[in-house]
Amino acid sequence: MVSFIGRRLVAGIFLVIGISFVAFILTNLVPGDPAAAALGQRAIEDPGTVAAFRAKYGLDQPLWRQYAIYLGNLVRGDLGISQQTRRPVGADVAKFLPATAELALAAIVISLVVGLSLGIVAAVFRDRFLDQLIRVLSLGGVSVPTFWLALAASVVFSVKLGWLPSTGQLDPGMDRPTDITGMVLIDSLLTGNGETLTSALKHIIMPAVVLAAYTIGMITRFTRASMLEVLGNDYIRAARAKGLPERTVLFRHVLRPALVPIITVTGLALGSLLSGTVLVENIFSWPGMGQYAYKSSLALDLPAVMGVSIVIAVIYVVINLVVDILYSVIDPRIRQS
Amino acid sequence: MTTDPIIAEGLPIPPADEPATYMLSTHTQRRRGRRTGSPWRRPMAVIGVVVIAFWLLIAVLAPWLAPYDPLVQDFPRLAAPDPAHLFGTDGSGRDVLSRLMYGSRVSIPLAVLLVTLSTLVGSTMGAIAGYFGRWADGIVMRIADLVFAFPGIILAMAAAAAFGPSLRNAVLALVIVTWPSYARVVRSLILSLRESEFVSAARLMGSSARRTLLVDLRPNAAGQVLVLAALEVGNAVLLLSGLSFLGLGAQAPQAEWGAMVSDGARNFDSWWVGAFPGLAILTVVLAFNFLGDTLRDALDPRTTRALRSLP
Repeated sequence: MVSFIGRRLVAGIFLVIGISFVAFILTNLVPGDPAAAALGQRAIEDPGTVAAFRAKYGLDQPLWRQYAIYLGNLVRGDLGISQQTRRPVGADVAKFLPATAELALAAIVISLVVGLSLGIVAAVFRDRFLDQLIRVLSLGGVSVPTFWLALAASVVFSVKLGWLPSTGQLDPGMDRPTDITGMVLIDSLLTGNGETLTSALKHIIMPAVVLAAYTIGMITRFTRASMLEVLGNDYIRAARAKGLPERTVLFRHVLRPALVPIITVTGLALGSLLSGTVLVENIFSWPGMGQYAYKSSLALDLPAVMGVSIVIAVIYVVINLVVDILYSVIDPRIRQS
Repeated sequence: MTTDPIIAEGLPIPPADEPATYMLSTHTQRRRGRRTGSPWRRPMAVIGVVVIAFWLLIAVLAPWLAPYDPLVQDFPRLAAPDPAHLFGTDGSGRDVLSRLMYGSRVSIPLAVLLVTLSTLVGSTMGAIAGYFGRWADGIVMRIADLVFAFPGIILAMAAAAAFGPSLRNAVLALVIVTWPSYARVVRSLILSLRESEFVSAARLMGSSARRTLLVDLRPNAAGQVLVLAALEVGNAVLLLSGLSFLGLGAQAPQAEWGAMVSDGARNFDSWWVGAFPGLAILTVVLAFNFLGDTLRDALDPRTTRALRSLP
């Protein structure tokens, strides 16, 4: 077990190095001159300023040197300076990450609670009306364009009905709760600040549900399919034949093997949530990494784009590692191969 | 289910094949389920086929069906729907209905192209990884993980910035982002099948790796891969329109659904600008998913067996 985790950990580290390399190469394909982009009008008027800028950020070095410098800094936790905000990328990411994490966590919790329940109900009531209803709902969830759902939700619930705020994390002018995790909702809970808790809940519910629409559908469908696949096995027939109550059959003999593929899907769902935040954060003006990454890439802010990519990649590698470990705990056969 | 299960499932054939499979019944739980189930089941595939056919027809006939030129800005800006402009006009004074119709000529063909390309790349890589295992598996799956771990939209953003935002570059970027999911599915299918008795039997008979993969394993994996591909056409429409929504795919003034929704986001008070293109995306994606979902049941031998065994 320890050697299994060790192997996955080493693989994960190599993955992160690979990603830093891909990120570096990709962002260097950009034909636009980052120095010119950062300096704007001054660049055209004064070539000397450009040269000074290039020297300062190592842009006059050969590509492999630039990568070596970048990797060296990376090991020390230095992601470079964002050319747009003029702040360390690490600090920017640290500032924007909690909001994204909060949104993604809220969405995955909603997805798992709703998706697993709907999937199990659908499998139990297979082919009956309830199953068909859930089927149409879950297909709707994976089919609706997130950016359009976000738009429609904010038009209906904010503009027309005025029930929910359409942008931000808290009411304007409200002080953030004492900073512990950086996540407004959790900090409010930890400090027992009821006022910010209510406001944060009101603000997060719409983006989180919109973001979760896709993953709810995904998890529902996989849960149902996975349950049905197990239900088709002979040993389920044997379990029923020996007179086990249906409840026991369902939760002990069906759910456990059925959960194995669902773990993978949840890992994938988290990954797709992190990407989905780019679209959702844009519409709800959610102060997270999605917006930061989008604005940075439009501004050709290379260090920021690379930093965000690497941070999300690390998160993803960790998720994958957890999925693999859970997998091997549930199904010991995986460990041996 | 004999020759082509896709066609057989896609058309509104009454379940005439039930008596034969009834004999193969393996367990008898939930008798009622099947009886009430079958009339509910098939309509979804039919609806899917009809809606897809509808959109294909619109795509082909758009030049004749559209009431106006999709690019002409002759009309009052942001006019609400009326008999002259059934879906109103957008922020530049263009007819929304005409743009919607022309938009189908962009989204659907490109989505199919995207899926075809990534299925080809992904299945090949996945089959190699799953069958040969060891270092081949290690290399392919690490590349897959690498691509997978890359935040997809950010990769597309980088590509769009590097090569200039265009639909073609959006498709290419999305092929790079999406092939690993096919590779993963194919790999896990091959992995679970590799140890089966029929594969051992084939190997014992002296079947080569190539032959085992193509003759024995491919038919077992093909169904699920096809279904995944069918489901993914819907997803591909979503991804492409998402990039266009961000301004990284279709460029103004091209009529594309995602770009039209983003026009709607800029004109918050005129609901019709964004609502109709969004509904267009939703119906196309939903139709492909309705079809794909039914196909999945029909083609996956294990779930099919489970369903068939219910009288």
